[in-house]
Amino acid sequence: MALLEISDLSVRFGQFRAVSGVDMTVDAGEIVGVVGESGSGKSVTSLAVMGLITEPGKVSAGAMRFDGRDLLAMPARERRRLLGRDIAMIFQEPMTSLNPSYTVGFQIEEVLAVHGAGNRRQRRERAVELLELVGIPDAGRRLSAYPHQLSGGMNQRVMIAMSVALDPRLLIADEPTTALDVTIQAQILRLLVELQRRKGMGLVFITHDLGVLAEIADRVIVMYAGEVVETAATADLFTTPRHPYTAALLDALPDRALATAAADGRRGRLPAIPGIVPGPFDRPAGCLLQPRCRFADDRCVTEHPMLHPLHPGAARCHRPLGADGLPAGEIGRVA
Amino acid sequence: MLRYIASRLLVLVPTVLGIVLLAFFLVRQLHGDAVEARSGERGITAEQLAERRHALGLDRPLYEQFGAYLGQLMQGDLGKSYVTQRPVIDEFLELFPATIELSIVAMIFAVVIGLPAGILAALTRGSVLDHGVMGAALAGYSMPIFWWAILLIVLFSNILGLTPVSGRLDVLYYIEPTTGFMLIDTLLSDEPESFWSALRHLILPSVVLGTIPLAVIARMTRSAMLEVLGEDYIRTARAKGLSPFRVVWVHALRNALIPVITVIGLQVGTLLAGAVLTETIFSWPGVGKWLIDAIGRRDFPAVQGGILLIAVTIIAVNLAVDLLYGLINPRIRHQK
Repeated sequence: MALLEISDLSVRFGQFRAVSGVDMTVDAGEIVGVVGESGSGKSVTSLAVMGLITEPGKVSAGAMRFDGRDLLAMPARERRRLLGRDIAMIFQEPMTSLNPSYTVGFQIEEVLAVHGAGNRRQRRERAVELLELVGIPDAGRRLSAYPHQLSGGMNQRVMIAMSVALDPRLLIADEPTTALDVTIQAQILRLLVELQRRKGMGLVFITHDLGVLAEIADRVIVMYAGEVVETAATADLFTTPRHPYTAALLDALPDRALATAAADGRRGRLPAIPGIVPGPFDRPAGCLLQPRCRFADDRCVTEHPMLHPLHPGAARCHRPLGADGLPAGEIGRVA
Repeated sequence: MLRYIASRLLVLVPTVLGIVLLAFFLVRQLHGDAVEARSGERGITAEQLAERRHALGLDRPLYEQFGAYLGQLMQGDLGKSYVTQRPVIDEFLELFPATIELSIVAMIFAVVIGLPAGILAALTRGSVLDHGVMGAALAGYSMPIFWWAILLIVLFSNILGLTPVSGRLDVLYYIEPTTGFMLIDTLLSDEPESFWSALRHLILPSVVLGTIPLAVIARMTRSAMLEVLGEDYIRTARAKGLSPFRVVWVHALRNALIPVITVIGLQVGTLLAGAVLTETIFSWPGVGKWLIDAIGRRDFPAVQGGILLIAVTIIAVNLAVDLLYGLINPRIRHQK
């Protein structure tokens, strides 16, 4: 049984569907990468899993199960008990994600206290232990520091310490390194993966950096305009992307672009995908990528594609790509 | 910290000097003086008038009078009232507890109602409750104090007969002033049941005086709360599995209080200004009413001294509020 199982998840804000028809599973001990541009619905999906979508947002799903328990049918209080204890989340902006009015010690100990872990002294000891675990020197004294006295990297370490305080089984990291310096990014990434291995957590790693996922993820989910457009094992996705959008994202990776250019014997410009992600009110008919896709034909303009299983992986495309990077054939055309 | 307080106190010197200057010259812009005011309609002879003016020093040139007054102030002497011949400071201190008591109770009323009302409005943003609270706050802020006071008196005193119309205590009781605070003095006296009388006398004036601060606090709390509730750390708090109650009262409120406390500090000025009107309407024997009476009698030393002392009080409260910031806002504490 999968640790997290979501099917047909949709999140609407008024008329706007921020996320629609998302399926996702995460197994224990697995790292699932979620990649997509800003506004593709990555964060909204994870907030929906956490139950943190607030008015006017509306969440609906065919199923949403954690460890076999139905998250949607669960009373709010019971669902809250899972948060911070079994499912934890790390956010993008470490400098603003911690409360400026309380010490980091208070904020770490609070999550322990709220979930009834230990007495005051034990919680303090555990907090010191956690800060040491995430590599903060002089942990005992740092407990009484306020977030504004620490650097962004240090604050993100505090966030990580707080999120793994109760050994959650699922950790959702929403672009945890985006706001940090490149050197710090690598450290935080290493720390997260190390913790994930040691504790056997399921990890959902949200990013817009495919390069990062190539290094750490077991499986990758590619999102575009609120939909999953492709999902596959990391190795498969990087060797044979089946969706034109994934292929275009990969082509835009500087290392790959340079290699391709060198193979063709020319100095390359970084390829870009023409156009922009459709906004809330200018979504095209048919396939959402269609106006930006170089392989689109008349069917793509009229008919919205399903997520077709392709063994391996799945892609939301009428004309999925083959190993040569060109449409390999048409799926289920009704004549 | 001490250096900060010292530097703030130093800045006060020109402020206080300005207030003294303003009070001194403004009160002399009024027509007439204490001598004319006291001689009444029967009139006195020109010689008597000149003689009495001379006795009070009112016949000297203004700059001489001002110099003399400043010299007096330097020695800590606020002068004597023309009317009662008692030192201004004594009169002020005797009446000030009544004003403080009224102001404190009014402020408690404003905070105790305004803070939760603002929080509630923020939490139910856009609802009927939110619009109701904000509408009431706008009405409260816009209403003339005297008119509001009269409405309340008509309803609660005249029609319902629930509260007394004026004064601090029923005439049945005589309470020897110990602290000057009637609520405390009545409890200390051998007639503790008079406490209820003192309390009933306080209700209407405090409600009237507290209405504007209440409205301001409610509006400020609502907007501060709305801003804070959208912050990333609130999302973090919820992601930790905290109850909505804890998220609001522990994580949001502390941060939302920072601007609200500023506003509360600023309202102290409004409160003492409002006390002048409120005390007059309810015949409340405090410094507000005393100041109005002193103006009517052209009792210059009393008016000048009263204005100066009230101004110093407001300045002191604002300084205290500034220091209080550090307690709730660690970011400020560490800057110093």
